[in-house]
Amino acid sequence: MSDEMESVDDFRARAREWINANLGPMQPWDISQHCDTDEIELEAVARDRALQRKLFDGGFAGICFPREYGGLGLTPDHNRAFNEELAGHEYPSRFSVPTFSPCASVLLEYGTPEQKAAHLPAILKGDEVWVQLLSEPGGGSDVAGITTRAEKQGKDWVVNGSKVWTSRAWWADWGIILTRTNWDLPKHQGMTVFILPLHQPGIEIQRIERLNGESEACQEFFSDVPVPDSDRVGEIDAGWTIGTRWMYHERLGHNSPYVTRPIGGKREQSYEPSVVGIARKAGRLDDPSARELIGEHSALGLVTHELQRRIAAGAASGKGNKDLSSIDRVFRGIASVRRSTIAFELAGSGASVWDEDEEDATDAIGMNFLMRQVACIGGGTTEISRNVVAERVLGMPREQSGDRNIPFRDVPRGPKRG
Amino acid sequence: MWHELTSDQDLLRDTTSRYLGDRAPLSQLRKDRDHPAGFDPAYWTGGAELGWTMLLVSEDDGGGSVSGKGAVDLALIAYEFGRHAAPGPLVDCNVVASALSGQEGELQQDALGQILTGEAIASSCLGAAPWQLPDEAGVTMTKDGDDVIVNGSIKPVESGAQSGFLLVTGMSEGGMSQVLVPVDAAGVSVKALKSMDVTRRFAAVSFENVRVPASALLGAFGQADEEVTRQIQTAAVILAAESVGAMEAAFDMTVDWAFDRYTFGRAIASYQALKHRFADMKSWLEASHAISDAAAEAVADGTATAGEIASAAKSYIGEQGVELAQDCVQIHGGIGVTYEHDLHFYLRRVTLNRLLYGTPAEHRRWLAGMQIEKEYAA
Repeated sequence: MSDEMESVDDFRARAREWINANLGPMQPWDISQHCDTDEIELEAVARDRALQRKLFDGGFAGICFPREYGGLGLTPDHNRAFNEELAGHEYPSRFSVPTFSPCASVLLEYGTPEQKAAHLPAILKGDEVWVQLLSEPGGGSDVAGITTRAEKQGKDWVVNGSKVWTSRAWWADWGIILTRTNWDLPKHQGMTVFILPLHQPGIEIQRIERLNGESEACQEFFSDVPVPDSDRVGEIDAGWTIGTRWMYHERLGHNSPYVTRPIGGKREQSYEPSVVGIARKAGRLDDPSARELIGEHSALGLVTHELQRRIAAGAASGKGNKDLSSIDRVFRGIASVRRSTIAFELAGSGASVWDEDEEDATDAIGMNFLMRQVACIGGGTTEISRNVVAERVLGMPREQSGDRNIPFRDVPRGPKRG
Repeated sequence: MWHELTSDQDLLRDTTSRYLGDRAPLSQLRKDRDHPAGFDPAYWTGGAELGWTMLLVSEDDGGGSVSGKGAVDLALIAYEFGRHAAPGPLVDCNVVASALSGQEGELQQDALGQILTGEAIASSCLGAAPWQLPDEAGVTMTKDGDDVIVNGSIKPVESGAQSGFLLVTGMSEGGMSQVLVPVDAAGVSVKALKSMDVTRRFAAVSFENVRVPASALLGAFGQADEEVTRQIQTAAVILAAESVGAMEAAFDMTVDWAFDRYTFGRAIASYQALKHRFADMKSWLEASHAISDAAAEAVADGTATAGEIASAAKSYIGEQGVELAQDCVQIHGGIGVTYEHDLHFYLRRVTLNRLLYGTPAEHRRWLAGMQIEKEYAA
């Protein structure tokens, strides 16, 4: 290949041809990450690994990753073109988030040349699935309040503590972890980032069953886990600098230029059951009040989509402040909650009580309703985002906090007793 | 705004903004509280000269947009109307002008000419609407030989008592029909109504066996459904953009207030309970901008989903605009419900805009119908 970069149009044409020749139609397991049993899930994972390998062998993996690490060294526009051509096709959905964004993105920005050489090609070939080890039982939104510790032993490190809400850690391969390395510095200054293999003595992984019966999220317990200094990412005690970029890549999620996933086509709507179908099944399609709910559901979907486009356009033009994404986060959470409630209302009693022999039962609508607040919790609560909007977008005074400018070991972490 | 403005669009908006600031400041609106029309005729003709009524009219008919997307240009004007709570029948004159553009009849051409110069005001009498069942229509039309007979009544009609021409929509055999009726036609009566708005005027219009010739028809008898749909989409775009302007003005005013108003020794902007309400309001406001701009683009381009997006905008902004303005009142406290304070101009604006050309409930039902049709077709 010459040094001149292939045009987006040429790349798109080549991608289209390759995709049509090599990738089958989109499958249910590309749309929903949920699998009914662990056996099925492991099959889906194996299939995704093979699909990722197929992309790599076909010369279409890691479109925005540098060539020296197995990528193509092309631009976000090339990635977008590929993703558009991918619409309607099968793809390795379990490799998008969090493996490519944020994990591989952070590694690319802050990893040593040796770390990148060891892991980025392995990720692109489908050999390594990564997770992010960020949230802890002691706090979700207050990310910098972590207490999982890494202590120096000789020139290497030992990790103790616990991380939680790690999606699919039970079958993933590697993790990127934020730890506390200095308790005498203020909260944001004493953290360090490491990478580690998940399946090793000293790491116990427990599945967390959620109220809808699904258990993709895990909690990990670290007991004297050894980590070589060569697996440290960035400077000692400078982990928060990486952490803020890490969370930026996390927020980008599926919109990251490092992520391969279909854009357009049916995927975007098919996450949710059609409320028209729900109302029809409940025999309420001609009821004007049901129609008002269907219309409200549909309008909120359109508004959510247009707001996301507006914020993304603001960010792309450089005019928008990066905290504007918090506006999108608040709105998305509230709109999603309302839409779950509408679907539940339209479904009637069938969403709460159902006959398991019945075809086309609407129990999933009921479970979505019970789980609806996840839309306002996961990835940072709407309350935290409201603080960001008020303080960083509207310039209102910051909340009082008890953790600034004092050594982290003196920060209160529970009520004072006695 | 989501879309990047061309320099011509910027100029259009800026000119209108300065004109409104000069000719229709809130102090003037207060003075005109009891003015029968709500504004001086010279104010309206001056606005027409700036292009307020020409953007949806073809160049052949003396109109023209500045960007090639008339609805987008018009939304810029409407946004400024909202920000200034400005008087004048922007929606109706544009709806009627767009309906008359391309029509060949003498009456139609005469009316359009007068609307373009601002010399005459026109009103749309939406006596039937796509979200209604046929027997719910307020106005019916029948054929008698070559003539059309109009019966029924409709309210509210904006500037009905100031209007020279009425674009009347009614239910007829085979579908909706539209006729253009001079306001002095026999059998037409107009009664000025009181309204909660300070700046705009509304009327009830009734038709008692009003006989008009077939030449007064816009399109074929019973065949106006598509055209009425397009007109309502246009109205939805203008009203949505206006309300976004009014929401923005109310919100900005309330943010300033939160920094200036102290209680218990601190600015009320420092209370988390209020900061979170502001964050919610900001999200509604940005969402309203987004869907309003998307509706203007879609209607300008006549895309297949323009109807869905326009109804989403009209219903979402109709509801959330009022909620935002009322939240602004709440955060102001007692001063927020006084006539002396400026906030009520925007509260009134969004409250009436919520109602005109279909309430949120009506647009949701209409949108549901589109959704159902689409899924059955699929």
